[in-house]
Amino acid sequence: MTSLAIAPATPPTTTAATPVSPAATPAAAATRRPAEGSVHSWDVSTGVDGPGTRFVTFLSGCPLTCLYCHNPDTWKMRNGTRTSADAVIAEAGKYVRFISASGGGATVSGGEPLLQPVFTGELLHRMKHELGLHTALDTSGFLGVRAPDALLRDTDLVLLDIKAWDPATYKKVTGRPLAPTLDFARRLADLGQEVHVRFVLVPGLTDAPADVEGVAAFAGGLGNVSRVDILPFHKLGEGKWQALAMPFTLHDTPSPTPERVAEVREVFRAHGLHAV
Amino acid sequence: MTRSNESKKAVRAVTATPAEATVNKPAWKGFKGGLWRDAVDVRDFIQQNYTPYEGDDSFLAGPTARTTAVWKAITDRFPEERAKGVHDVSYDVPSTITAHAPGYIDRDRDLIVGLQTDAPLKRAIMPYGGWRMVAGALATYGYPVSPDLEKVFTEYRKTHNAGVFDAYTPEIRAARKAGVVTGLPDAYGRGRIIGDYRRVALYGVDRLVEVKKEEKEELNSLPAGNRSIEETIRLREELAEQIRALGELKAMAASYGHDISGPAVTGRDAVQWLYFAYLAAVKEQNGAAMSLGRTSTFLDVYLQRDIDAGVLTEEQAQELVDDFIIKLRIVRFLRTPEYDQGFSGDPTWVTESIAGMGEDGRPLVTRTSFRYLQTLYNLGPAPEPNMTVLWSPRLPQGFKEFCAKVSIDTSSVQYESDELMRPRSGDDTAIACCVSAMPVGKQMQFFGARVNLAKTLLYAINGGRDEKSGAQVGPDTGVITSDVLDHDEVMARFDEQMEWLAKVYVHSLNVIHFMHDKYAYERIEMALHDRDVRRTMAFGIAGLSVAVDSLAAIKYARVTVHRDESGLATDYTVEGDYPAYGNNDDRADEIAVWLVEEFMRKVRKHPTYRNAEHTQSVLTITSNVVYGKKTGNTPDGRRAGEPFAPGANPMNGRDTHGYVASALSVAKLPYEDAEDGISLTNTVTPDGLGRTPEERIKNLAGVLDGYMAGDGFHMNVNVLNRDTLTDAMEHPENYPQLTIRVSGYAVNFVRLTREQQLDVLNRTFHGSL
Repeated sequence: MTSLAIAPATPPTTTAATPVSPAATPAAAATRRPAEGSVHSWDVSTGVDGPGTRFVTFLSGCPLTCLYCHNPDTWKMRNGTRTSADAVIAEAGKYVRFISASGGGATVSGGEPLLQPVFTGELLHRMKHELGLHTALDTSGFLGVRAPDALLRDTDLVLLDIKAWDPATYKKVTGRPLAPTLDFARRLADLGQEVHVRFVLVPGLTDAPADVEGVAAFAGGLGNVSRVDILPFHKLGEGKWQALAMPFTLHDTPSPTPERVAEVREVFRAHGLHAV
Repeated sequence: MTRSNESKKAVRAVTATPAEATVNKPAWKGFKGGLWRDAVDVRDFIQQNYTPYEGDDSFLAGPTARTTAVWKAITDRFPEERAKGVHDVSYDVPSTITAHAPGYIDRDRDLIVGLQTDAPLKRAIMPYGGWRMVAGALATYGYPVSPDLEKVFTEYRKTHNAGVFDAYTPEIRAARKAGVVTGLPDAYGRGRIIGDYRRVALYGVDRLVEVKKEEKEELNSLPAGNRSIEETIRLREELAEQIRALGELKAMAASYGHDISGPAVTGRDAVQWLYFAYLAAVKEQNGAAMSLGRTSTFLDVYLQRDIDAGVLTEEQAQELVDDFIIKLRIVRFLRTPEYDQGFSGDPTWVTESIAGMGEDGRPLVTRTSFRYLQTLYNLGPAPEPNMTVLWSPRLPQGFKEFCAKVSIDTSSVQYESDELMRPRSGDDTAIACCVSAMPVGKQMQFFGARVNLAKTLLYAINGGRDEKSGAQVGPDTGVITSDVLDHDEVMARFDEQMEWLAKVYVHSLNVIHFMHDKYAYERIEMALHDRDVRRTMAFGIAGLSVAVDSLAAIKYARVTVHRDESGLATDYTVEGDYPAYGNNDDRADEIAVWLVEEFMRKVRKHPTYRNAEHTQSVLTITSNVVYGKKTGNTPDGRRAGEPFAPGANPMNGRDTHGYVASALSVAKLPYEDAEDGISLTNTVTPDGLGRTPEERIKNLAGVLDGYMAGDGFHMNVNVLNRDTLTDAMEHPENYPQLTIRVSGYAVNFVRLTREQQLDVLNRTFHGSL
C-alpha cells in the first residue's frame, strides 16, 4: 500500500494571497473544529480524474463494494490515515504553480468522498477559494443526499459514476440500490451543475444493451452532462484484491473489445452526448 | 572580466572587396539589415530576416517518392549493421576533411550530397584521439590494423590519449580505475563543440578566411594584449590551423562539384553549404557529441525567400529538409564495445535546437521548425538528429501542440527550458550533446563526463577504501566504526571525500583538455567560432538520487552497517521509513539541492586550464547502468550492481505520487549551480496523458508548460506502453525504428544492451492506475 507522505507538521504554505479565516470554511461552520479526515493517498495525475493535470486526494471508505473496483484498499475508512485539511491543502499548494500553467485542478476522489462530507466540503472549498483551483468531485452518487448545496457550489465539476441502469445489475455490481445515484444526478441537473458521467463497461456484467441504452438515455435527458467516459474494464487492480485476501470474482472476465467499446460510445452519442 | 570587451572585438568590420560585393548581390538579395553584412553575426541576420510562424501543422507535406526510396535504400542496410556492429570501415585511411573521395547514397537522387567516407555507413578511423581506440575497434570488428599506421601513430605522431596518460598522476589513475571518476574523454574525442555551420552558408568560406586572417594579424605582437606569450603563440597556431581547415572544407565541397567560396544563393545551396560545414567536422572529429546547433530558423529564411519568389514549393522545401535529415541520421563513428557499454546505441548527438523565444518577444518558430519535426513522420522515428525543442510557455500554441503530438507518436523529442537559458546565454543558444547550453559560435566547453557521488558516499563510510576492491582510493579519513550510521559523522567524512574528489577531478580535466587542444584540436569547428570564445569546463555528477536517498535514510531512518572480515562496510539494513527524493518532499529534496551546490562549490575552488568557467551537469546518459554495476550496496537499500537512476531522475519506484511530483523534486535543483544541464527522463503511458488523442496532446503541452513554469530545465518525454518494450525485446526485428529517450538523448531501443533494455523497462512508468 502506498505510504502517505504528507508531512504531518508542515504548516500550510499555499500561494493564496489571503488566508481564509476558519469560521468561513464549511468544517468550521459545521463542527467548530479544524477538519480532519481519513485519507488513503494523493497523487498528481493527468487526464485521468478530470480534465488536465490534477491534484487528486483519495479518501478512505466506500459504502459500495464494486466487483471490478481497482482500489479495494480504499474501502475501509479505518485503513486510511487521519489527516488534517491543512496538511492536504499544504501539499496541494505545492502544485498550484504547475497546475496554473498546465491547466487542470484538484479532484477529491476515493473511496467515496461523500462518506466524509464535511471533510470533502472543506477540501473542495479551500482548493477552490484558497488555492484558486478548478475543483472536481469523483463520486458514485450513492451518498449524494449527504452533499449540501454549499459543497456543490464549491465543486466546478462532478465526475459521476453511473454503473448500471437495471437496479438488479446495479445491486449485483455494487451491493447497493441504484435509486440514490439517479436522484443525485437529477438534483445536479436541477442545479445546473456540470457533470461528466463515467460508465465502466464490463463484458457480461454491465454491457447488456438495455443497461447501456438506459444509462445513455438517462444521461442524455439530463442536459448538464458535458462528457461521458466509457471506461473499458481492466484487471490491473486484481493484485490489490489478492493482497487483501479478498476473492476477485472477475478473474475470468475479459476486457471489452475495442469494437464493443466503440459501439457503446455510439449508443451514448446517439443521445447527443459527447462520449469518449 | 574581459569577456565583453573581447566579444565586442570579435565582431569586427570586414571591408567587402569589389569581387565579394558582386558575388553577394544575388546571394543576399532581399535580405534586410546591415550589422550582419559588416561583421560575422548570424544571429543578427536571423533576427532581421526570419518570419515567425504562429499557425498549426496543416501546411506540412508528406514524403516524396524520392525521399521514401532513398531512405529505404539506407534502412535496408540497418539490420545487417545492427547485427555486425558496423556496416563497413575505411580501415586504412585516417580521416581528414579531404581524405575520402566523394560518396553518395544514390548519386542521381541525392539532393544534399556528402558522406563521411566514400560510401554510406562506412565508418572512418580518427587516430588523433587515440590509437588504442582505433586498433581496438578494428580488431573487434575484424578489420586489419595497418602496421604502417600503427607505426605512425605510436612512434612518429603522438595522440591525445598518449599525451593524457603521460601527464596523469597516480591519484587520477586510481580514481579512474575505481570508477569514482569515470567516462573521461581521455581516449576519444571530447566533442560538445558546436561550430556555427550557418556561417558558411551566409558568408561563404572566403569571407570567413579573411576574418580569421585579420584575427590572426591582431596577434602579431608578442605577447598580444593581455595574453601570455604561450597563449598568444598557441592562439596564432590555432588560427593558422583554422584557416587551413577552411581551405580543406572548400576543397572537399569542390570534390562534390560545389564551389562554396561565396555565400549560398538558393535554399538548396544554403542547406548544402551548411551541411558541408558540418560534414567537415564529422570527418575530422570523432567527438562524443557532434551537435549541429540551431539551424532550422536560419535555413527558413532561405527556404521562405525561395517560396516567396515562387521557385520552391512546400513539398520541395520539405524534401530538402528530409534529405538533409537523412544525411544527419547516418553519421557514424567507429567506437569500441567498452565505449558502447557506457553510451549505448551508437549515439552521435547530432543535436538540433528548435524554437525558443527571441529577446524581442517574437517566437523563433518558423515553418522550418515544423519541417524538421515532420521528418519524424516522413522518415519515421529516429534517435538522430537529437531533436531538442527549446520550450517556453510563450511559444505559439500551434507549435506546442505539434511538438506534443510528435512526442506522443514518436518519443523522439526532448525539451529544454528556453526561459532558463535565454537570460544567461541569449536567444541564439543551442544545446550540445544532451543538455549543455552554449551561444552558437561564441562559446565552447571542455567536456568532463562525471563523478560517482554514490560511491563517494561509500568512501566516506569506508575511510576512502573502495567497497568493491578494498583498495585505498580516496584519502584515509578514518573508517566509521559504529554499527548504526550517525548522520553528522557521515556528513563530516563525506565532506572530506568530496573535497578530495573535486580536486582530483579538476586536475584530470585540466590534463585532458590541455592534451586535446595539443593533439586533437577541433580545427574546423573552432574556425566556425569567434576567436575569443568563452570556455566552460563541464563537470558532472552521477548517482545523485542514490546519494540523496542514502543520506535521507541515514538521517530519518535507522541504517545498520554490515562489514566483512577486513572491516569494510559492504551492506546496510534500513529500518523505518525515510522521505525519498522524487516526491516533492523538501526533507529529501533539500539534500539534493545541497549536494548539487556543495559539489559545485568544491569544484570551483580549483583553477582550470585556459581559465574555463566551472559548470556542472546532472546527467548520466545510459551510463547509469555501468555506474550502478561498479558500485556496491548503498545505505538507501539499493543492491550492489543495480543501476542508478538516469540523470537527475529519482530512483525507480520511489517516486510514488506521480510524475509531476517527481518532476518538481528535480526542478528544485538550482540551475545556477548546474548550468551544464539537469536531465529528467519521463516515461508515460498514453493513458497517463488522457483518453483521446486531442486531450493527450493538449495535456502533454500543458505538462511541459507547467514544468518549465516551475523552473524545470529538461524533460525527455517517452509515451509508451510497457508491453511495446517487452515485445520489442523479444522481437527486435519488428521494431527497427522504435525510439526511446534516455538521459539526454534518444536511442533505437533494439540497439541497447539487454541490461539497458531491462533498466528502461524497470523504470517508473507513469500510468493511470
